[in-house]
Amino acid sequence: MLDIATLLGAGLLQAFEPLNLMMIFIGCLAGLFIGAMPGLGSVNGVAILLPVTFLVPPTAAIIFLAALYYGAMYGGAVSSITLGIPGASTAVATVFDGRPMAQQGKADQALTAAAVASFIGGTISVILFTLFAPPLAVFALKFGPQEEFALMVLAFATFIGLGGDDIPKTIFSILLGLVMAAVGFDIISGQPRLIFFDFVELQRGIGFLVLAIGIYGIGEMLWTLENSRGKVRIHAVSTTWKSFKKNLSHIREYLPTTALGSALGFFVGTLPAAGATPASLMSYGLAKTFAKDPDSFGKGNVSGVAAPEAANNAASTGSMLPMITLGIPGSPTTAILLGGMIIWGLRPGPLLFTDRPDFVWGLIGSMYVANFVTVALNLALIPLFVRVLAMPFTILTPIIFILCFVGVFATTDRMFDVWLMLILGLGGYLMRKLNYPVAPAVLAIVLGPLAEQSLRQSLISSRGDVMTFFERPISLTCMLLALALMIYPIWLGIRRRRAGAARGPE
Amino acid sequence: MSTRSAELLMAAGLLLLSLGLMWTVLADELHIGWVEGRGPGAGVWPFWLSAGMALASLWTLVRWFRGATPESRNKAPYIDGQSLGLVLISFVALTVMLVLVHIVGTYIATALFLGFYMRFIGKHSWRTTVNTCIGMVLLIYFLFEWQLTKYLPKGATMFEDGFLWIDNFRWQYLM
Amino acid sequence: MKYLKTLMASALAVVVSAPVALADWQPRKPVEFIIMAGTGGGADQIARLLQGLIEQKGLSSRPFIPINKPGGSGAEALRYMQDKAGDDHTVMMTLNSFYTTPIIQEDLGVDVTQFTPIGLMAMDTFLLWVHTDRDDITDLDSYVDAVKGAGLDWKVGGTGSGQEDSVLTAMMEAAFDYEVTYIPFPGGGTVAKNLIGKQIDSTVNNPSEQLAFYEAGDSKPLVQFTGERMAAFPDVPTAKELGVNIEYYMQRSVNGPPGMSAEAVEFYTNLFQTLFDSAEWQEFCVSDGLTCDGMLNGADLANFHASQVEAHKKLIAQVGAGAITGE
Repeated sequence: MLDIATLLGAGLLQAFEPLNLMMIFIGCLAGLFIGAMPGLGSVNGVAILLPVTFLVPPTAAIIFLAALYYGAMYGGAVSSITLGIPGASTAVATVFDGRPMAQQGKADQALTAAAVASFIGGTISVILFTLFAPPLAVFALKFGPQEEFALMVLAFATFIGLGGDDIPKTIFSILLGLVMAAVGFDIISGQPRLIFFDFVELQRGIGFLVLAIGIYGIGEMLWTLENSRGKVRIHAVSTTWKSFKKNLSHIREYLPTTALGSALGFFVGTLPAAGATPASLMSYGLAKTFAKDPDSFGKGNVSGVAAPEAANNAASTGSMLPMITLGIPGSPTTAILLGGMIIWGLRPGPLLFTDRPDFVWGLIGSMYVANFVTVALNLALIPLFVRVLAMPFTILTPIIFILCFVGVFATTDRMFDVWLMLILGLGGYLMRKLNYPVAPAVLAIVLGPLAEQSLRQSLISSRGDVMTFFERPISLTCMLLALALMIYPIWLGIRRRRAGAARGPE
Repeated sequence: MSTRSAELLMAAGLLLLSLGLMWTVLADELHIGWVEGRGPGAGVWPFWLSAGMALASLWTLVRWFRGATPESRNKAPYIDGQSLGLVLISFVALTVMLVLVHIVGTYIATALFLGFYMRFIGKHSWRTTVNTCIGMVLLIYFLFEWQLTKYLPKGATMFEDGFLWIDNFRWQYLM
Repeated sequence: MKYLKTLMASALAVVVSAPVALADWQPRKPVEFIIMAGTGGGADQIARLLQGLIEQKGLSSRPFIPINKPGGSGAEALRYMQDKAGDDHTVMMTLNSFYTTPIIQEDLGVDVTQFTPIGLMAMDTFLLWVHTDRDDITDLDSYVDAVKGAGLDWKVGGTGSGQEDSVLTAMMEAAFDYEVTYIPFPGGGTVAKNLIGKQIDSTVNNPSEQLAFYEAGDSKPLVQFTGERMAAFPDVPTAKELGVNIEYYMQRSVNGPPGMSAEAVEFYTNLFQTLFDSAEWQEFCVSDGLTCDGMLNGADLANFHASQVEAHKKLIAQVGAGAITGE
C-alpha cells in the first residue's frame, strides 16, 4: 500500500511537470473538439495525432494521447446531446435521454450531468486502476471466448427494455442489426458473406458509424424537418452562473446510477475485446431497469445521460489496463495507443510495471490530472456548445448534413460509405415513421460481430458442446445474471398488474 | 399514401428483404447447419437471423390484417403533406451534393449545397449566406484537411488541380 | 475557438518542419499510404512508424496519410490499388495476404505482379509457441507427441482462416500427420493473450506478438520457421535443423499501383531506402525480431514477388484451400 502511495506521488509529480501539464491541456482540448464532431471519435483523434508524439519523450507522448482519449470521451456526449448524433459508438446511449433533454430546453443540464458523471466515472476508475491493476490483469486472462459470449448475452439482457412497445418490430430491428453485422469477411471460415451486387467494398462490412450517422444524422434530421414543418425550434438555453449552480445541484438525482455505472464501466473496460460501448449500454440498461420511474427513460431523464457517460469514461480508463499489462487492446483506440508504445520503444506486457515504473505511474498520475482539466474545460465550454442550438434550422440542418458526410468520409476514407450512410438514413427514417425502433439495430450492429465470433470460437473449442458456457464459473455467472435480468422486468410487470388489480379499477 | 398502406408496404418489403438475405446466404453456398465438431457454420448466423426477420415481418403483416397496430388503423397521410416538400427537397439537395462531390469536389459541392439551402429555403440574405458558406468551407479545410491531414474528395482532375494550386500556398508560406 | 485554433496550429506546426528536397520529383499532394490490414496490427504499426519517421525527418514535401483498408483479408485494398493504376500518390504496405488473397479469391481480378514494387522493408518470422506451464513439452518431438495424444482436443489459435498462420498450421498438420482444432481470433495480440490465458494450447505467432510474454516467462518458443537461427532466439532450433522442411516468412514490403511513373518510383524508392537505413528502423527491426538485411527494390523485388506468388500457389494447392478455410 505504501509502495503504491509513493509511486503514485512520483507519478503525480511527473504529471505536473510543465511539458506534461501542457500535453494534458492540449490533449484534453483537442480531444474535446474532435469528439464533439459527429463521426470523429477518440480513435480518429489518436490515430491522426500519433505522429505528433514522435517529437516528445514517450511519457509525455502517452500522456498527450491518453488526455486526447479522455477529452474525446467527454466530447462525444456533446454531439450526442446538442446534435442528437452519437460521435462514437460509446456515446450512443447518451443520445437516448440527452437528445430529448436538449429538445426540452435542458441542454445545459444534460451537458453538465454528462461532464460531472464523466468526471466521477473517470476518477473512480483511475482509483480502482491504481489499487487493483495487477490482480485484475490476471482476471482478464481468464476471459476466454466463452466468457466473452456470456458477457454479450448479459449486455443484450440489460437493454432488453430499450425497444419500443411493438414487439415484432423491436425483434425485427434487433435481428436486422445482427444480420448487418455479419456482412463482410468472415474471419472464422475465411469466406465473404452477404456481398450484395459484388461490391468489394462490402467485404469490410457495414461500419457501426455508417449506420449510426445515417440513422441519427440523416434520418433524425429528416424526421425533425417533417414533424416541425420547418419550424424547428430547439429551445435556446441561457447560461448564467445561477443556472450553472442549479444544474450542479441536480447531482444527487443521478449520483447512485453514476457510481454504479463507473464501477461497471471500469470492470467491463478491463476485459479485453469488450471496451466502452457494451459498458455504456449495460450501464444505461441497468439504470433504467432499477429506476423508480423506468418509463421516464428515453424521454429526458438525467440519469439516462449520467449512467452511460460515467461508464464510458470509466471503461476508457479500464481498457488501458489490458493494454499496459498484457499488450492487448481493450478498445480500438487502445489498439492504436499500443502501436504507439511499440514505436516509442516500450513493450507493453507483464514486465512494464517493473521495468518502466516512471512511464506507467506517470500515465496513471496524468489520468488524475486529466480528469480535473477535462471537467473544468468542459463545464467552461458549455455556454459555447449550447449556442449551437440557437442557430436557425435553415443553417443548422445543412451544416449537420455536411458534417455527416465529411465525418463519415474522414473515418472510413471512402465515398462508398457516405452513400451507404445516405441510404441507411433514408431507410431508417421511413421505418421509424412506422414505429420501428431504430436504437436496437444500432446496438446490435456493435455487439453482433463480437457475439457471433465468441459463440463460434467457444463452440469450435468445445467441439460443438453447448454446455461449455455453463461449465466455466465466470461464464456461468454472467449467464445466470443475464437470465435474472430478463426475468426481472416480467416479474415486476406481473407484480404491478397484481397490485393494480388488488386496488381495483380507478 | 396513407400510413395504413405504408405499414403494409413496409412489412411486405421487409419480408422480401429477409427472404432475399436468406437466398443470398444459400446462393453463396455458406454452411447453414451445425458442422459436427465445429459448431455453427458460416451461414448459420445470417441465415437463421434473417429467417427470424421474415417471421417478425409476417407477424407484423398478421397484425396489420387484424388492425392490431396503431399504424394499421391510421388513415392519415404517411408523410405529412405540408412538410413533404421540405423533406423531399432536403433529401434531393443532399443527394445532388454527394453527386457533385464526385465531380467538383468537397468544397464547391458543400458551398453550393449550403448556399442553396440558406438562400432559397431559409431566405437568408445573400450576405449571411455567402459569409456562412465561406466560413464552413474554411472550417472544413482547417479542421479536416489541415489539422487532421485527411484528403477529402477533390472531384475531377481539373478541380483537383485548382485545389492543389491554392493548397500550395499553405505548404509554401504557412508551414 | 480562435484560441483553440492557435493552440492546435502551434502544436502541429512544431511537427512539420521545412521539407528537404531529395529528388526532382516531389509529391504535389498528400500521399495515401494504404495498409491492407486493420488498425493496431503488425502492418499498421510499421506503416505508422514509417509515416512518423517521414514527418520527423522531413523526407517528403507532402505528408503520408495512413489509410486502413482491411476488408476481406486485403481484398478491398488490392482492388483499390488496381483501380488506382497510374496514380503517383498512392503506396501500399503489404503482408503475405498480398499473395494469398488473389489466389483464394479468384474473381477479384487483381494480378499483384503488375503492381509497382518499391521496397521490401523487412521479413517477419514465425515461431511455434506453447505456455511455459507445459512442462511435458520441451522440444518439437514432445510437442508432436502431446498433440497426437490430445487429438482434436488440441487447440491452435490463429488470426483467421486463409491468414499466414493458418497456412503454416496446415503445413504442420501435413508434415506431422496430425489434426488439430484451429480457432481464429481477430489479431495476433489476441491470439497471444489467449495462449497465456490457456484458452488455446499452442500458436504460431510473430516474435513481436509474444516477446513481452516470453520475457516475462509466460510462454516458450519450440521451433523457428526460418532458414537460420535468429539473433533474438539463439537457443531455439529451426525446423530445418530438426529435419522438417518448413520455412516460412511474412514479407513486409511497400508497393505502388500498376503503372506508376518512373520518376515517382525513383522518389519513393529513395525515400524508403533512407528510412530503411535509418537507425530508428534498424533498432525497431532488432527489438521486434524482424529480419532486415537489405532492402530489395525494383526488379529484384518484382522477381521476389513473382517467386512468392508461385510458392503460395503451390502451398495452397498442396494443403488445399479447404484445409485453410476449415470447412
